[in-house]
Amino acid sequence: MANQSQLCSVWVGSETGILKGVSLSKKRTFNFCDMSSISREHGICALAWGDENESEVLVGCVNGTVKTFSIEKGIFIDSRSCGDFSQGQFTGIAVTPSSLITCVESGLLSVWTEGSTDKLEINVGKGVCRMRQNPARRNCVATGGKENPLKVWDLERPDKALFTAKNVANDWLDLRVPVWVRDMAFIPDSEKIVTCTGYHQVRVYDPLTPQRRPVLEAEFGEYPLTALSLPAGHDRVVVGNTHGQIAILDLRKGLVRGCVKGLAGSVRGLECHASSPLLASCGLDRFLRIHSLEDRSTRHKVYLKSQLNCVLLSSKDLELLREVDTGEVEDVNEKEIDEVWDVMETVSEKGDKRAVLEEEEEDSEETVETKDKKKKRRKTKK
Amino acid sequence: MDFVEVPVSEDVPVSEDVPAKKSKVKKEKKKKLKREIKEEKEEQGPEPEQPSGTLLPPSYSLSEIKNKQRRHLMFMKLKQEKRKLKLDLRKKRRKEREALGDKAPPKEVPKTIENQRVYDETTVDPEDEEVAYDEGTDEFSAYFNKLTNPKVLITTSDRPRGRTVRFCEQLASVVPNAHVYYRRGLALKRIIPQCVSRDFTYLMVINEDRKVPNGMVLCHLPDGPTAHFKVSSVRLRKEMKRRGKEPTEHHPEVILNNFTTRLGHSIGRMFAALFPQDPQFTGRQVATFHNQRDFIFFRFHRYIFKNEKKVGIQELGPRFTMKLRSLQKGTFDSKYGEYEWVHKRHEMDSSRRKFHL
Repeated sequence: MANQSQLCSVWVGSETGILKGVSLSKKRTFNFCDMSSISREHGICALAWGDENESEVLVGCVNGTVKTFSIEKGIFIDSRSCGDFSQGQFTGIAVTPSSLITCVESGLLSVWTEGSTDKLEINVGKGVCRMRQNPARRNCVATGGKENPLKVWDLERPDKALFTAKNVANDWLDLRVPVWVRDMAFIPDSEKIVTCTGYHQVRVYDPLTPQRRPVLEAEFGEYPLTALSLPAGHDRVVVGNTHGQIAILDLRKGLVRGCVKGLAGSVRGLECHASSPLLASCGLDRFLRIHSLEDRSTRHKVYLKSQLNCVLLSSKDLELLREVDTGEVEDVNEKEIDEVWDVMETVSEKGDKRAVLEEEEEDSEETVETKDKKKKRRKTKK
Repeated sequence: MDFVEVPVSEDVPVSEDVPAKKSKVKKEKKKKLKREIKEEKEEQGPEPEQPSGTLLPPSYSLSEIKNKQRRHLMFMKLKQEKRKLKLDLRKKRRKEREALGDKAPPKEVPKTIENQRVYDETTVDPEDEEVAYDEGTDEFSAYFNKLTNPKVLITTSDRPRGRTVRFCEQLASVVPNAHVYYRRGLALKRIIPQCVSRDFTYLMVINEDRKVPNGMVLCHLPDGPTAHFKVSSVRLRKEMKRRGKEPTEHHPEVILNNFTTRLGHSIGRMFAALFPQDPQFTGRQVATFHNQRDFIFFRFHRYIFKNEKKVGIQELGPRFTMKLRSLQKGTFDSKYGEYEWVHKRHEMDSSRRKFHL
């Protein structure tokens, strides 16, 4: 089990409560769960990395428990109850070096410190749809929801929000524009926050400016936008809506740069890879898809049998890209590994891939290759 | 005849002269003559051992003949030749098969679109635990665990016309425990909580366009999925030939054919949950939902076993065809609801051999 979990580069949480790990290079899916004890109550609604070097996955379940899954050991090592059913599902889980931050739909944002039993609780307003942590400043989180505008909180000063967004001006009929923040993200290297709403708007807020209204507003489609992700590098944002349409928007002017095709169901989770131009999307149509952001084609498509709620990408690709650059070739090791994996028994199910793309994508698959402890290298193909 | 003989017999090699000769003939506008000419030409064809062997120069194509009648004639000739070749080939094959007797290779199965269907990876494996668990705990589990009885509310879009009204009445006779209500311009989102409080399990809305039913929204009630279908080929009871009498009040049996993929399973379960479960069949009525190439055909029959091997069936009741347009999770909310599956024509219908149900 430990070996299998170390192979996985994409983690997906499903509604049936099964944590699935997908290894794109080996083209296998592993279900990390106990088939006899699964129930819909343990449906996964939030996934987060437990620490900086991505050795643990925190899994938030519908009934309020947060389980810790260790990748090295391949089993769930911890489970703590961080809320109950009445408060709604988890809308976000985050981790600081010393504590765990959870937020539920009823608006209760709790900070659970390690070691001590007291917890800090902030009420962020009800109807929360999402809570996100600033990757640059771990103590800073943003929340937003239905009729709950975007608020940025500093956990060291919990009494008042650092920044509360103001609603846009009344529309052309002089009616109040409703607010429904579905997802948000902190733009790196700046203080700006981009949000997507259930009324198909994408807005950028800048807390440094004196105006609390959005700096940029763009619209896409006619259906609620459910997920958002920032690709590395560019001024772009990727959003997905309930019809399965995924679009890449440019944040300089607010124009749609292109659409990613393939999904048939509502997009529940979108994650861009940290360094390479890859996008992972999962949704209600029970497929995990990995797209390339450059040509918007689908690289991998995995059927995962249950409706998927959230996806988590490891940054392992980065390691492999570096190895590819050094250009070392060790065929023998590779063969040994393959034999070992083939012989080993696994509790796994094969993920179907598009066979056509296999050979072509060898290069890019190297980027999603597993990171073994011995750092085995693959042939470089040019 | 005389006129004809002269040019044809002088037709030594040059097949380019043929169209010229044909034109001479056609100026006469006598079909008999034409036929005779053709015959003679055909006789002529194999006789002179030309390198071309046919009447036409090598780079000739039928579409280059500008005269429509002539072109048509040449095309008919071409078709006849092809057909002759095909029949000869078939005869030859049959003779070979008879000659070989037992050792003959088995007959090849003709390719059909169903045969050539692209394998769908979401096809449900009966032994799959995860899918079984998923199905066992989905929104229909209450029905399949025999905890609820179906109760269906049938309504239409606003101001329905004759055919739709009659269709709804006939549907209500087919589906047990169904009630037809007139839609008084009410909003579906407001009807749904009222239905839930009155213990309805299904809401069926028949949409009408230009006096003909063309769509159906099937919403499973407590919090279940909503399916939107396109309905076509609706035949009411009086339009059926050789039909039986009116359907009785017995609960019909349900046959679900060919719902193989995961999406197909969900839809199949939706249809199954419309009818009450009763393993002891009473009444000899059966409702069939047959899926072929993503179209679902609904038929309603009454059967009678004449002896152990022979069955007689009578078609009663309406028949219609459905095609799934979208499956939405949760009750009817087309603007803000989350869709499990949406039919996207340009992405999904690009291959003639790929089906989703």
